[in-house]
Amino acid sequence: MAYELIGISVLWVFLFGYIIVASIDFGAGFFNAYSVLTNKHHIISNIIQRYLSPVWEVTNVFLVFFFVGIVGFFPSTAYYYGTVLLVPASLSLVLLAIRGSYYAFSTYGQLKSKMWIYLYGFSGLLIPASLSIVLTISEGGFIKESANSISLNYAELFTSPLTWSIVVLSLASVLYISAVFLTWYANKAKDDEATALLRKYALIWSVPTMVTASGIIVELRSHNFEHFQNMLNLWWLFLISGMLFLATVRLLWQKGNYGVAFILLIGQFLVAFFGYGISHYPYLLYPFLTIEQGFTSEGMAVALIIAFLAGLCLLLPSLFLLLRLFLFNKNYVEGKYKG
Amino acid sequence: MDNEQAVFFSRLLTELTLSFHIIYATIGVGIPLLIFIAQWMGIKKQDEHYILLARRWTRGFIITVAVGVVTGTAIGLQLNLLWPTFMELAGNVIALPLFMETFAFFFEAIFLGIYLYTWDRFEDQRKHMLLLIPVAIGASFSAVFITMVNAFMNAPQGFEFSNGDLINVQPIIAMFNPAMPTKVAHVLATAYMTSAFILAAIGAYRLLKGSNHDYHKKALLLTMKVGLVFSIAAAIIGDFSGKYLAEYQPEKLAALEWHFETEEAASLTLFGILENGEEVKYALKIPYALSILAHGDPNAEVIGLDQFPEDEIPPLYIHYLFITMVLIGMFAALLSSFYVLGNWLRRKFIFKRFFLWLIVVSGPLSMLAIEAGWWLAEVGRQPWVLRGLLKTKDAATTSGQVDLMLYLFILLYLVLGFASAFVLIRMFKHNPVEQELLDRQKERR
Ligand code: HDD
Ligand code: HEM
Ligand code: HEM
Repeated sequence: MAYELIGISVLWVFLFGYIIVASIDFGAGFFNAYSVLTNKHHIISNIIQRYLSPVWEVTNVFLVFFFVGIVGFFPSTAYYYGTVLLVPASLSLVLLAIRGSYYAFSTYGQLKSKMWIYLYGFSGLLIPASLSIVLTISEGGFIKESANSISLNYAELFTSPLTWSIVVLSLASVLYISAVFLTWYANKAKDDEATALLRKYALIWSVPTMVTASGIIVELRSHNFEHFQNMLNLWWLFLISGMLFLATVRLLWQKGNYGVAFILLIGQFLVAFFGYGISHYPYLLYPFLTIEQGFTSEGMAVALIIAFLAGLCLLLPSLFLLLRLFLFNKNYVEGKYKG
Repeated sequence: MDNEQAVFFSRLLTELTLSFHIIYATIGVGIPLLIFIAQWMGIKKQDEHYILLARRWTRGFIITVAVGVVTGTAIGLQLNLLWPTFMELAGNVIALPLFMETFAFFFEAIFLGIYLYTWDRFEDQRKHMLLLIPVAIGASFSAVFITMVNAFMNAPQGFEFSNGDLINVQPIIAMFNPAMPTKVAHVLATAYMTSAFILAAIGAYRLLKGSNHDYHKKALLLTMKVGLVFSIAAAIIGDFSGKYLAEYQPEKLAALEWHFETEEAASLTLFGILENGEEVKYALKIPYALSILAHGDPNAEVIGLDQFPEDEIPPLYIHYLFITMVLIGMFAALLSSFYVLGNWLRRKFIFKRFFLWLIVVSGPLSMLAIEAGWWLAEVGRQPWVLRGLLKTKDAATTSGQVDLMLYLFILLYLVLGFASAFVLIRMFKHNPVEQELLDRQKERR
């Protein structure tokens, strides 16, 4: 495989990783805040705290990995995206900063007032919305090019139905992914009340996820026809993704095996995410930048790939240890350690 | 907004974010080492006080980590947003250590998560302590890798320009540039040193506020010993940094020393103020000392500012920054050696109020030295972002809203700074050491 394909695949996998772990995190924060609002806090807050506490910092590193990696493998993205994203990315940063630190302050610093829980919970929904703008921009059509500069056309961006469907999709899928995961986790913790509530949330949010995802494909037809065509050529990937979705919902509906349901959900998003990514090929930013044009030198590419492989040898065992001690540890999940 | 203004605000925002991040980052690099030492002493001596020390430091540490993480994420993205041209070039040549840094973050984050939640899970306390090793290694290596990037900005190498194209990129050569050894060593040593003095300051403050508990005395002795070792290391490595500058960035050395004319047997300028451009007043001149600092030889020639074009000379105010840093270094080394000596000879003066107050100020002063040192290093590199290759003014974003973003981030850092201080103070006030020791004894029975 060509180096640039290795590079983009690695980054795409990590971005996918970020989307899954961050969705669980953002969604959990939201459900936590929502449960306070509706006086159901006693039901789900333990489950959420127990899962989030040891992993929140790791979640953030996935994001850092992605944006450092993309500048390493495709330095020109720093120029294009860096220039146009100043405002939206800065806003995401402020939200991420507020949310991350207030999570730590309230969890470790015993800052227990409701205001923090709301701040933490609701800012978590704005983050995926603001980050998803990047995907919209990458479809092209929102960038003005002048003699020696490029800039973002905000009016166009904020009036485009594509923008808003992607925002809605990001919100719906955050809540859906999170609810399915937490249903499984609560079930493992033998907490029936929490399981029932979270299962209900999961079923509710499955519908808008599917509706907006299909809507986006339709909107791409008028916005970026080339991308739409490429997607149609990959119809079988999206079909598989749809089947996995139906299987997940069926399992949830029938109160089947929630672990399997979550794995199917990962499969659904993975297939769709790669279908989307492959059909986006070869553009990093339509129509300015392709993967070949933006690629780094061969010497750097080899060095980065070697560093990545060496890094994985450190990372995978450590992640495995983390999961074994917390996610898959019966006593921890059931809350038998005070820690 | 025109381009000049965009550059100006990009500068301010970068300076602000870095100056804020470095506070939490320095603590993040140094404290794991100190927690490790405390826990190790506790296990070795079977002394509950040291274990509690490790526990309480960890609890504070997690708050500073959180702010370090979010501001670090901010600076990482912000460099791309504000300096797209620079990052495009940097991405081509020096991306390797930046990329490796993310693995150091992963490593640290994962094991910190495990460490925090497994205090009582292991029969054998030593196993729990081992979890700190990857945390400390991860933290220190994130500093090593990012400092390599900064060293590259001072001494870029490992690539060639040909008709505006980058060719012959050699990432390893770029990483191991001549600025790297002294810079990495000095940054690490000063981070350990600063963390030690900050923790010492907290212990001294508790003693001043009337506590007479052994716990605080043990904490003070431990941190003062570590502080002594690393403040001496910082001074020695600082001397090597001077020698590096003389060889590779003579304009920076000349500017920070107000060394206008190239000469042999040059004297070192301490203190002083600058009037009418080139008149140094009220300064203390130490004969031969600059030649010794620069080349280790009292008669060696030191290049002066006369050798450089007017528009490539860094701002001369960096002299004040240099003096601030060096004086604080000397003060901290003396203070900790008095303390360690006094303790050894069982003298009472180390618990006198004025001496404890000196220890209290040494914490914030060390942090001030970190800030002064970085401002010295960064302003001393101006007008270049990449020394000799890319000027700062040519690297900034062309975007028009940088000023708004500056105000936004000022607000953010105010909120984060106050909130983290508030949470830390509350955390330790609500849960005094004496109470916690009693609680733990009860639990044991
Ligand atoms: C507690 C902090 C602290 C203390 C006590 C000192 N330094 Fe320092 N110094 C730093 C913290 C620092 C730093 C923040 O770590 C810097 C900024 C960038 C860097 O590489 O290290 C630095 C940079 C720096 C530089 C510039 C290097 C460059 O730009 O490449 C020189 C020449 C020195 N130092 C020399 C000294 C000397 C002779 C000291 C004698 C006591 C000293 N420093 C104490
Ligand atoms: C370790 C990695 C670092 C990198 C990659 C880095 C990067 C940069 C860049 C790109 C600039 C040029 C923009 C400008 O002039 O503002 C700059 C300047 C500057 N940086 Fe750094 N920096 C690092 C560390 C730090 C730290 C820790 C501090 C402060 C505590 C700092 C303080 C400054 C200051 C004050 C300037 C402005 C100089 C001037 O414009 O006169 N830097 N740095
Ligand atoms: C311009 C330069 C810098 C960049 C791009 C940067 C980037 C980052 C990022 C992205 C994080 C968050 C990592 C996470 O998500 O876990 C972080 C945290 C950290 N940074 Fe920086 N950083 C810079 C300067 C520095 C410097 C100069 C130091 C050290 C001397 C440093 C040391 C650390 C440490 C130790 C952490 C971990 C947080 C903690 O343990 O407190 N950084 N940095």
